[in-house]
Parts: sequence; structure tokens; C-alpha cells
Amino acid sequence: MENKKTALNSLHKKYGAKLVSFAGYEMPIQYSDGIIEEHKNTRENAGIFDVSHMGQLFIKGDETLAKNLEKIFPTELSNAKLNQSKYSFLMNEEAGIHDDLIITKVEGGFNIVLNAACKHSDLKLLSRLLDNKYEMILSEELSLIAIQGPKAVKILEKVINGVSNLKFMNGGTFKYLDEDIYITRSGYTGEDGFEISIKNKNTEIFVEKLINEGAKLIGLGARDTLRLEAGLCLYGHDMDINKSPVEANLKWAISKNRIREGGFIGFEKIKSQIEKGVSKIRVGIKPEGKIIAREKTSIFSEDDKNIGEITSGTFGPSVQAPVAMGYVENSFSKIDTKVFLEVRGKKYPANISNLPFYKKSYVKGVSK
Amino acid sequence: MSEVKYSKEHEWLKLDGEIATIGITQHATEMLGDIVFVELPDLGSNVEKDGNAGVVESTKAASDVYTPISGEVVENNQSIVDDPAKINSDPENEAWFFKLKIKDKSELDSLMNKDEYDKFSKESAS
Repeated sequence: MENKKTALNSLHKKYGAKLVSFAGYEMPIQYSDGIIEEHKNTRENAGIFDVSHMGQLFIKGDETLAKNLEKIFPTELSNAKLNQSKYSFLMNEEAGIHDDLIITKVEGGFNIVLNAACKHSDLKLLSRLLDNKYEMILSEELSLIAIQGPKAVKILEKVINGVSNLKFMNGGTFKYLDEDIYITRSGYTGEDGFEISIKNKNTEIFVEKLINEGAKLIGLGARDTLRLEAGLCLYGHDMDINKSPVEANLKWAISKNRIREGGFIGFEKIKSQIEKGVSKIRVGIKPEGKIIAREKTSIFSEDDKNIGEITSGTFGPSVQAPVAMGYVENSFSKIDTKVFLEVRGKKYPANISNLPFYKKSYVKGVSK
Repeated sequence: MSEVKYSKEHEWLKLDGEIATIGITQHATEMLGDIVFVELPDLGSNVEKDGNAGVVESTKAASDVYTPISGEVVENNQSIVDDPAKINSDPENEAWFFKLKIKDKSELDSLMNKDEYDKFSKESAS
């Protein structure tokens, strides 16, 4: 099947993108500057990401919708304020993760941003779980653009007045070229930034404006090194249908009230894992030397027992060292535990590490 | 200085008497992207034509390095181990990988000259 193109396809080419097939889309892995420069530009300046392959689902509904979504998601939605975003999971009864997603309370319903590879199956599953009672629109008319980095707020504010008032994990409707655009203060890089939902036809001119104000296009390659340094999970790698949010060390994303009350899919399993603990858990791993441990690298204990597997690993351009995440047996998950990583038949020392590898504070309050 | 030869695995080779200096081509570095790690064959080890002789890793993936001819490793370039970015900036000069005392000169016959390699890399890229 031919890959789909996003509204920025010709702009990607104009800026020297190396295009690859990703989740059914032709997407830029990098531009002419290369992954390391793009990564650094996001950390020091501002980067623009085309993430239009991701699913933007709108579920239209009255007050019963929040209650019904709470029967699915482990998140408090009935009390969500207008324009508030929450990180959540679509799980099965065993608390295995179908997808991780962001749910935002909007006028007349909820917006959900879904992973590209999961969006069509998520839509089917959600329609079934909601008994087809609500209108659901998986948009084909909207692009999703992220701008991330310390200068993101200044640059975006020049193009869209008022965005600097948004708080982290909150959104709002703004106007651009006489059309509504929806902007949230959020991202996937460990930097302050925004995600912008905008009509396809206005996307290119909007992004050119951001470029003129000093932001640079960043490909999926740097998006991966940025999110890994920030300790953020990539679906299909660091989490999947065989792992629960508790095992993925994302218990914080499940509200305490929901754990007390239950009534969502996967509750029994989550509750029992929280009470009894889990046998394996996601951790950060820092190799001692320069060796890069990629996905599927086996992890060994000091007495040479196989205790787990790497799920993501690369060289961290800001950390200036290799970084990785993976799952280990719970008894080896303490920070600074020494482990060994088997790369090309040799075992290399590494340490269980705190996440994130690279820390910069998100904007929590209002900034000007 | 003798002519530079090229392999289908995108290595270059420069011959100086019995000693061949080997590295990866500009075209190879463009395909790999930013190189962040390199592993070289041990000094004194013997490598076989088309066999493994090291690894380069970019931010994206690991790739094997092959040797275009057989021989004994008499030198390896530690400066690219310390600073792998050199491979991107100057792959066909300063960032050589290793030097071999060559075993069989006739193995050179199967390698390409510059024109042949340029044509080959253009075709394999499309």
C-alpha cells in the first residue's frame, strides 16, 4: 500500500528531508542538518515536528460521555476542567496497553491524541466499548504540529497571540487565518512546548511562519533521541499489549481515586500489581562506557543471570553518552544497581539510572 | 600514492606497498547519518576479505564494517574511537579505520575504481 503524505510533505522535501515509511506515512527521519544538530537545536532553541500521522479523535457527547469514558480509562474525566489534558492508557482486562494517549476535555466532548500505528484499531475498539452511542471523528482534515524548546513560547506567541498564558497540560482555541486552531502546552521532548491542531490547508504557511521566526524542522530521528533522554516511553517498544502501566513504571498516570474506586478496564490487575508488586519493571539504564545497547539487548546481573531486556537505546546527544530503557526483574530495579548488557556477544557494564537522563522543567504556571 | 579502490559495501582502500589503509566512503556516511560510536578490529588480528572488521553506529542503528581484502591489522585509528564525528566530517582522509598488511594482492582486482564506484553508489541509492 502506498504511504500517505502529510500536508507538509513538499515542505519536508524543500528542507532536505530524508523521508521514510513510518506507520503508513511518508515521514521525515531527519533534514539536512542531521539528527544531532536537530536534537541540540530543540534543546537550545526551538524545533518544529510534523506529527500529523498521529490520530486526532474527537468524541462528541454530553455529561454521560465522561462517565462512560471512565469505564474505559483509568483517569478522572468527570471532573476534568475545560481544556485540561490528561495522559492515559487504553488497556485490556489484563491491563496490557493497547495504546497510550492524551485526553483533553473540549467544548462538546473530548479530544484524544492516539499513536499513528494504533489509531484505526483504537477507534474500532472505542466505538465498540462505547456501544456506538457517540459520534466519533478521526480527523483527516487536521494536521498536528509540535513546537518544542526553550524558545518555543516566544516564537509561537509571535504567530499566535496569547499562547504564553497556557499552562502545562492545558489547551485553548485560537484563531489563525480565520480558522480555529487548538493548541495545548505539551510535548514529547522534555522541553517546554506546544502541540497545535490545525487545518491541513493552513499548515504549510503556519510552519513557514514558525521557521521565519527562528524555529527549525526536526525529524523523527531526533524526536526519538529527545524523548529517550527525557525518559518518555515509545509505544510498541517501551510499552505494548504485554505490559501494564504499573510495569511500565507509569503508575503516577493513574489517579489515586480511580484506583480506590475501580470501574475501569484492567482495574483488577492494576490493583493487584500495585498491592503485590510486579515481577518486572521499566527502568533507565546507563552504560558505563561508550557502547550503545539497542532494543532487544539482553540484560544480565553481576552473577550472570539474564534479568531483562532493553526496549529503547541510543546515544543521547545532550547527555553526551549512551542511554537506554528496559525491563528488569524487580529486585534489580534499584538506582545504581550494576548490570551487564550483551552487545555483539560481549558483556558491558551499565547501571540502573534515574529517569529522565536529561532534565529541564516544564512550564507549570503561567509564564510571560 | 596509488589509486583508491572501492568495495560494494562502501569501503575505500588506499594501497602503499604492502600496506592498505581502509575506511568507509562519503556515500556510506551520508546513508548512516551522524556516527556516534565505532568499534575497530584488534591490532594483530587477521581479517578475511568481505568479513566483519568493526562496527559503526549512528543515532539510528548499528552497521557492520567489512574489509574489502584479507590481511593482518597493523594499525587502527584510535582518534575516530575517541571522536566518531570525525567519520562524518572527513571520511576518506583523516577518519581512516585500520591498516592491513595485505595477504593476497590479487584480491584487489575485484574492487572498483572511483568512476565505477560513483556509478554503483548512485544506482544503489535510487
